[in-house]
Amino acid sequence: MTEQKKLSIIAFSGDFDKLTAVFTLGTGAAAVGYEVNIFFTFWGLDAIKQKQGRSFTGGNWLTKLFGFMMGGLKVTPTSRFNFLGAGPKIFRYLMRKNNVATLEELVEAAKALGINLYACEMAMHVLGLKKEDFIPEVKDVLGVASFLNLSEGGQTLFI
Amino acid sequence: MTFVKTKIELSKLLPGDILEVLLAEGEPLDNVPRNAKEQGYNVLSVEHVEGTTHKVVIKK
Repeated sequence: MTEQKKLSIIAFSGDFDKLTAVFTLGTGAAAVGYEVNIFFTFWGLDAIKQKQGRSFTGGNWLTKLFGFMMGGLKVTPTSRFNFLGAGPKIFRYLMRKNNVATLEELVEAAKALGINLYACEMAMHVLGLKKEDFIPEVKDVLGVASFLNLSEGGQTLFI
Repeated sequence: MTFVKTKIELSKLLPGDILEVLLAEGEPLDNVPRNAKEQGYNVLSVEHVEGTTHKVVIKK
């Protein structure tokens, strides 16, 4: 009896292109029966924020600044060729034209396939975010030790 | 991504229901029937529709 295949992804980057990779890998694996865990940390937390668009969340002016800069999936920049926001728009257009799933579709698919989404406790504190700031599908808030535990026995990727 | 969407639709069906998938040749055409079979679904047919489009009929 073969063991359940498992894939764990550390989603560190908040870039449009890298998040697309995270969710493409995650949904692709989940579709063929993998157990998939995604641990969002630092910039990656941007992908699981409940409130889309830029807003001044957080307690002090620094965290409010981050809340403004990290405005969720709609405004994530590409890691290169961002051109003040034109980059993601161009890529979204190309993806739609080639019938490739957009980032939003991939995130919806991830939820539909029951992929485990986790938020990093350390990054949350630094950026002034609370569990309520994230989408309800986020399963839990974890630290490194817990994540290493649940990723054991499978493959782990850092994106 | 084709199989991801196929899988999601299949999970919504009741046993015995049938799903028709229109897909492109190349990787989707290779992947979808094979993965559907591996996951225990019944692939009833794979036919060419027109141009590069094919139809795969899967029964849950």
